[in-house]
Amino acid sequence: MSIRINQDRCIGCKRCVSVCPGSLIDINETGKARMHYPKDCWGCVSCVKECPVQAIDFYLGADMGGRGSTMNVTTEGQYIKWHIRRPDGSEETITIDRKQANSY
Amino acid sequence: MQIQKEKIIHTDVLIIGGGTAGCYAALTLRSLSEASVVIAEKADIRRSGCLAAGVNALNAYITKGHTPQFYVDYAKKDAAGIVREDLLLTMSEGLSEVTKKLEELGLVILKDEQGEYVTRGPRNIKINGENIKTILADAVQKLDDVEVINHLNITDYIVRDNRIAGALGFDILTGTAYEIRAKAVLCATGGASGLYRPNNPGFSRHKMWYSPFNTGAGYAMGIRAGAEMTTFEMRFIALRCKDTIAPTGTIAQGVGAKQINAKGEVYEDKYGLTTSQRLYGTVRESLDGNGPCYLKTEGLTADEDEALLKAYLNMAPSQTLKWIESGKRPSQQNVEIEGTEPYVVGGHTASGYWVDTHRQTTIHGLYAAGDVAGGCPQKYVTGALVEGEIAAKHIVETALSDGLALTADEEGRILADKVAEYNAFLGEERPFFTVEELEEAMQKVMDAYAGGIGSHYQYNERQLALADEKIDQLMDLADSVGAGDYHELLFVYELKERLTVCKVLIAHLRARKETRWHSFAENLDYPEQKDEWLKYVNSRMDEDGQIHMVYRDLVPGGSLYEHSH
Ligand SMILES: Cc1cc2nc3c(=O)[nH]c(=O)nc-3n(C[C@H](O)[C@H](O)[C@H](O)COP(=O)(O)OP(=O)(O)OC[C@H]3O[C@@H](n4cnc5c(N)ncnc54)[C@H](O)[C@@H]3O)c2cc1C
Ligand code: SF4
Ligand code: SF4
Repeated sequence: MSIRINQDRCIGCKRCVSVCPGSLIDINETGKARMHYPKDCWGCVSCVKECPVQAIDFYLGADMGGRGSTMNVTTEGQYIKWHIRRPDGSEETITIDRKQANSY
Repeated sequence: MQIQKEKIIHTDVLIIGGGTAGCYAALTLRSLSEASVVIAEKADIRRSGCLAAGVNALNAYITKGHTPQFYVDYAKKDAAGIVREDLLLTMSEGLSEVTKKLEELGLVILKDEQGEYVTRGPRNIKINGENIKTILADAVQKLDDVEVINHLNITDYIVRDNRIAGALGFDILTGTAYEIRAKAVLCATGGASGLYRPNNPGFSRHKMWYSPFNTGAGYAMGIRAGAEMTTFEMRFIALRCKDTIAPTGTIAQGVGAKQINAKGEVYEDKYGLTTSQRLYGTVRESLDGNGPCYLKTEGLTADEDEALLKAYLNMAPSQTLKWIESGKRPSQQNVEIEGTEPYVVGGHTASGYWVDTHRQTTIHGLYAAGDVAGGCPQKYVTGALVEGEIAAKHIVETALSDGLALTADEEGRILADKVAEYNAFLGEERPFFTVEELEEAMQKVMDAYAGGIGSHYQYNERQLALADEKIDQLMDLADSVGAGDYHELLFVYELKERLTVCKVLIAHLRARKETRWHSFAENLDYPEQKDEWLKYVNSRMDEDGQIHMVYRDLVPGGSLYEHSH
């Protein structure tokens, strides 16, 4: 499991660099974020949630049964929207109300 | 590359690890005193530690109609008697208050029409735990006179005559070396993962249950400084969703899914219902040719599907992604389960620092709380908060009057020596082995000879003796690795920490000559549980690096425990 950073979207704000609990991300020569240690990712998705411009996608490694879908997050007020994009281009969004507790 | 800058800081209290217990200790210290506080955190307190992805429930809570003693009795039974009842009781008594505080800080807790928390079983309550860490971190950031130093990795304590005087470390981004002098120190660095070959040993090697960034630093520093440790042999092995290593409780307790084998037979009542027995049952079924094992989710309703997908997004989003990618919802496909690699983690089992009732370790002025502290299993998030609070209270009451005096010369020398050590690794340009190679070797040794996944969590005396020998060899090799930058210097220290924890873990596994907990500590030379082992197995490392076992009688319920020093 790991992340990919979209270089075109990244604005170099460094939020992901700071919040990753493993400090796995750094800034490259062009001032954009780079995943320095892809094999060390815990999959906690902190960076994905903190990125202000949705430049970070996470995905499951092939060794975990991943098939190339990616996921990222947008936050709108009290709602978190999780966007899943499949390799065939189809998308699915799940919306979570942050004010609501888990049913389980 | 070399260390570029050095800093010496003085504070009343140093908290090492700004995670669950560490953050709460800071809140308590500032609410009860004017003490100055430094939090040294290797990542950024906003999302660091176990809570990074969120949690799914508060697992330790005294629900309506139950007493703290009910929780103590449960945890004691689950651990087959090897617990400290004084620690469990003081922890349980604080659960309601910290939960209330979390709610005030903004945690969403599910309530019924009467305004009571909605429970998930007799000890859990339901929450939305996605932002639990940012809530705690925001509260800490608002405190005055608390200096949070993010990205500061602590490597060593400063101890004189068994009294704490501070700690040493380096900033993993800038390479600044720090000496932090303090009157009291709280160690809250969490447990240790990555000791054994993990479930996904290739590309997704860090997709483990426990935080791969909690590498046992707190244990290792304490061990090297001569602090007493307890019950490392009660390893924690989690039963988790296959591949994603996501928690199973949400499915098992949430929708009541049973554990079944590949033939569809429910096996969970066959082996017993303690945490270790549930895991052991799954291992046994597979060994007997009945694998894989599953949680039976087929046949759930569409609403239940939806709720599970959402619940996992709040704590283990990879599981939701896996369901969606596979094109099958939980109701269409049972969830395969497996055991994780073994961890040393005092929030689930009883391993960690040997502390008194106030959470003071055997080193004067050094406290331990959360996953790093022993004797008090099943403390989880809320128990870690309570332990941070108990330690902070005692620090305020007793440990702030005088610290250990050191001359400026001495302080300078201590830091200079440490910087020389860091620089030696940074200056080593052609190491024979890399840190990564040695880490893999360590995990392979532990897997094969100290009861990892590959050996079905079992071991015997000859295997443990081999494990010990091989870990010694790796410890020697680890002295001559190199680091190309400050982040690689972090990797060097993480490797060394893990090796130290492995060494002590092996000593504990060898010392307990019985099998009290299946899988957690399954010694094939001593397959039975024996009453004579109803005692604590503790250890202490002497100045020559020798580990000495200390056997202690159980601390009876209803009493407090003080160190005799
Ligand atoms: C994936 C997961 C899910 C969980 N789900 C639940 C749940 O649903 N309900 C529940 O009640 N419990 C749950 N738990 C258990 C609970 O989260 C932990 O027991 C608790 O958070 C531990 O708190 P802690 O303060 O000991 O450790 P942490 O919160 O992990 O804090 C340790 C801190 O120390 C820092 N650190 C480590 N080494 C150093 C060093 N050398 N120098 C400086 N800083 C350092 C780390 O970066 C980290 O910030 C879960 C645990 C995990 C791993
Ligand atoms: S998912 Fe978590 S561990 Fe992985 S890069 Fe992002 S913040 Fe770091
Ligand atoms: S948070 Fe997003 S925008 Fe900011 S540096 Fe990281 S990837 Fe780039």
